[in-house]
Amino acid sequence: MATATEVHGAHAPGHHVEESWVRHYLFSTDHKIIAMQYMFSGIFMAVIAGFFAYAFRMQIAFPNADVPFFGLVSPGVYNALITNHGAIMIFWFAMPVLLAAFGNYLIPLMLGADDMVFPRLNRLSYQVFFVSIVVLLASFFVPGGAFGGAWTMYPPLSAKGAYSLTPLGSTLFVSAVGLEFVAFLMGGINFITTAMNSRAPGMKLYDVPLVIWMIVIASVLFMASVGPLIAGAVMLVFDQQVGTAFFDPDRGGDPILWQHLFWFFGHPEVYVVLLPTLGIVAEVITTFARKKMFAYRTVLYTVFGTGVLSFTVWAHHQFVAGIDPRMANIFTITTLLISVPIAEMLFVYIATLYGGSITLSVPMLWALSFIGTFLVGGVTGIFLGASGSDIYLHDTYFVLAHFHYTFFPIAIIGGFAGITYWFPKMFGRMMNETLGKVHFWISIVALNCIWMPLFVLGTAGDHRRIYNYSHFPDLWRPELHNIRVFATVATVVFFLAQILFFYNFFRSMFRGPHAEKNPWRANTLEWTTESPPPHGNWPPDAMPSVYRGPYEYGHPDRKDDFWPQNVPA
Amino acid sequence: MSARPIATTRSAAGMPTGRLAVWWLVASEVVIFGGLLASYIMFRLAHDAFGEQAAHTNTWIGAFNTLVLLTSSLSAVLAHQAAERGDGPKAARLLWVTILGGATFLVVKAFEWTSEIQHGFTISSNTFWSFYYTAAGLHASHVLAGAIAMAFVAKDAAMNRDLHRVELVGIYWHFVDVVWIFLFPLLYIAK
Amino acid sequence: MFNLPEIWVPAASTSASDIDFVYSLIFWIVGFWLLLSEAVFFWLIFRFRRRDGVRTQYITGELKSEKKWITYPHLLVLVCDVFIVVAAVRVWYDVKQALPPAEQTVRLVAQQWAWSFVHPGPDAELDTADDIKTVDELHLRTGTRYHFKLEARDVLHSFSVPAFRLKQDAIPGRVITGWFEPTKPGTYDIQCAEICGIGHALMPARLVVETPEQHAAWMASQAPPVSLAAHAAPRAQE
Repeated sequence: MATATEVHGAHAPGHHVEESWVRHYLFSTDHKIIAMQYMFSGIFMAVIAGFFAYAFRMQIAFPNADVPFFGLVSPGVYNALITNHGAIMIFWFAMPVLLAAFGNYLIPLMLGADDMVFPRLNRLSYQVFFVSIVVLLASFFVPGGAFGGAWTMYPPLSAKGAYSLTPLGSTLFVSAVGLEFVAFLMGGINFITTAMNSRAPGMKLYDVPLVIWMIVIASVLFMASVGPLIAGAVMLVFDQQVGTAFFDPDRGGDPILWQHLFWFFGHPEVYVVLLPTLGIVAEVITTFARKKMFAYRTVLYTVFGTGVLSFTVWAHHQFVAGIDPRMANIFTITTLLISVPIAEMLFVYIATLYGGSITLSVPMLWALSFIGTFLVGGVTGIFLGASGSDIYLHDTYFVLAHFHYTFFPIAIIGGFAGITYWFPKMFGRMMNETLGKVHFWISIVALNCIWMPLFVLGTAGDHRRIYNYSHFPDLWRPELHNIRVFATVATVVFFLAQILFFYNFFRSMFRGPHAEKNPWRANTLEWTTESPPPHGNWPPDAMPSVYRGPYEYGHPDRKDDFWPQNVPA
Repeated sequence: MSARPIATTRSAAGMPTGRLAVWWLVASEVVIFGGLLASYIMFRLAHDAFGEQAAHTNTWIGAFNTLVLLTSSLSAVLAHQAAERGDGPKAARLLWVTILGGATFLVVKAFEWTSEIQHGFTISSNTFWSFYYTAAGLHASHVLAGAIAMAFVAKDAAMNRDLHRVELVGIYWHFVDVVWIFLFPLLYIAK
Repeated sequence: MFNLPEIWVPAASTSASDIDFVYSLIFWIVGFWLLLSEAVFFWLIFRFRRRDGVRTQYITGELKSEKKWITYPHLLVLVCDVFIVVAAVRVWYDVKQALPPAEQTVRLVAQQWAWSFVHPGPDAELDTADDIKTVDELHLRTGTRYHFKLEARDVLHSFSVPAFRLKQDAIPGRVITGWFEPTKPGTYDIQCAEICGIGHALMPARLVVETPEQHAAWMASQAPPVSLAAHAAPRAQE
């Protein structure tokens, strides 16, 4: 079975080669290992970014006091903390975990394939991603310190060292983001080609599980939107280092151009991270409600529509930025329009519960709470998409509360739903349900205690990116500051609760009860192989074929309440 | 080194996987160049002064380079035809002609830029020249990368290996050519 | 009911109540949808919890009778959106597109990290010898409509007055014009609402809205003694 040498092109497909430990874990081309690399990198970065949030929330609540385990948060440090918190959470946590980790893990397994189509390109994409992490972390230690001009990097602040006071950090930051983009473009190649071409025999497009569709569409959205920003990032680095003036108004440049390039990507980007979570939630709720997905095709068409519309809304981030005021009306219309397919999708998910038989397992708790919390995020977006009210609410904590009520469900709740659901498959062990439930309840209550009050603070006038509200007499009132302190306490509680998750995660990985192939009695193909799957996922002569869609739960002709895709009729 | 997966051999969508991958690559590059060129056009429309600066680009050199790239795309097409017929060595020779075209393009550009820089038109002279060097530079880096990739494919094709890759690298090369077709009028003709 | 933000922040300009109306309209409409969706959602979780012997129903969602449960609500959402768009666009037009004639103009200049303001002075004309220049304190009169000319000296800043519900980004290299009309005397925060470097939180300013009498008294206290000769001097170039 093992061969010591490889003759180019002479291997039979699926032929296994013995690997050393280093080869296996660090330089593997196996999609499952690469998925784990992305997942653990993402979680590691989330811990860092979460710690930053702890530090800056403590500064807001107790200004100029030493933050335990951190030290003093000066204005410059505060700006660097919030900037890197935001950038890390989006580019180095949400995307790697939701898109790259789950995409890499699930696409071949759910499609009945043995790996991605281009395994070596896949490995290269992670290596480029890894370099982007190194570059970003390096920016914290260079003279001048980390970049502090917000994750949006608006010039002229980001373009001139004299303004930002972080000349080196700024360039490293932009470069890290650019490298991350390149890594994900490379990853997208595998996702698209594998999903289109490597489906199991018999698997038609409408038999593909929703999470795979969502990840593929997200990859397309990413690819179609990131190009102008890559061009913009090159232009920004040139402004920073080479003396060009693309964004320098003193020399004929236009800072608003950057904003357009950024947000043309920035808005589709939120759907890039939303779609994988919508997919994860679809898989979890169908499995634990034992119920066929309501109107699968409607979900798909709605996603296509949302994807297309997402390219038409970007300037709602720029209503008061100095764009022609007439343009704002167009973007108000498109932004409110996009709320319609999103609402439809959430209604479809809720409708899926009707007639089901719901078990509140830990993954189901997370998946359901995604729906409940994302609804809040979705409706509060209306306040900001409507130009008339955005005049007031722009750059206030209302915006922060809105996007955390969308990003938290997307990245954290969706991430936990996916991890707790596929943990048995990934690691061959079961997580502890009781610990999982305690972790869930504390986290959910804490998260709502952090973010719900911040809508009030935003409405009261708290503006963003302010390290110390004592400078603003109208805002330095006990009834407002008590809310800030309350939110900070809830933040600390949330962090501490994650210890429960990490304990559960690592302990279960090594000492949890062994998992069978299909502990959740689900239909999709990943549950037909071992937990964890071997290299190649199935024996080469026993690759699955597909006979039906992925959501045949509760079918009247069946004795069992589920009907796996690979069981012949 | 892992073996070629079964996944790579399937073709549920009917299109060969390699071709899908190259089109995806081309699509993502189109958006990158599209963004850069759209920015350039917006600037150009808003600043009349650009036109004065653009007068200093050498249209003859630009035209010559356009001819070189178009010819190299022709040899790439002929290489594909040879590969389809199974004639690896002929495809490889035609690919080398294409690479030669790319190299010529880059050498001419090197002379062009040297001359312009010596005349004082540097990347930071003004925004027109910033766009000029950035756009043409980004394009040139893609010509270089394409030529290198093509050399690897030619090496294999000469031994009748992986002939399907001749078409794939050709698609990429045509894309690089098309970008230049947009750059040429924007940077050299619109004065 | 329709001025919810006033619970936390006073309304001190003519536009404030318009913007508060849009906010409040949205609040009631989306609040209704949010509560309805959450109620249905939680009820379904409870109603269809797993019970022994009860099988799930096989519902595809493709039938018209099933689809209508989605189609009707989402059409209603669209109708609500239309109401909100109309309200928002009208207010946006009034505040940002229209430029009603003004009695006076003030210049607002943002820089790293302070605000400077140029008031027109007793002659009510900007860019004349009797202009009053201040740092971090803007004085305005109730009942007077002002145009503002907003500038930035270095990076992006943003002129934000919560009591006016007004916000406008300042862009270096451009002068941006807008308007406001103060209504309620008092002292209010002026914020910079676009991150502008490490001093972003260190450039608060104060807005002092005064009655015409108070405002005249303030002007008198600011102007250096003015001789008749100064009035006769040629006006500064615009």
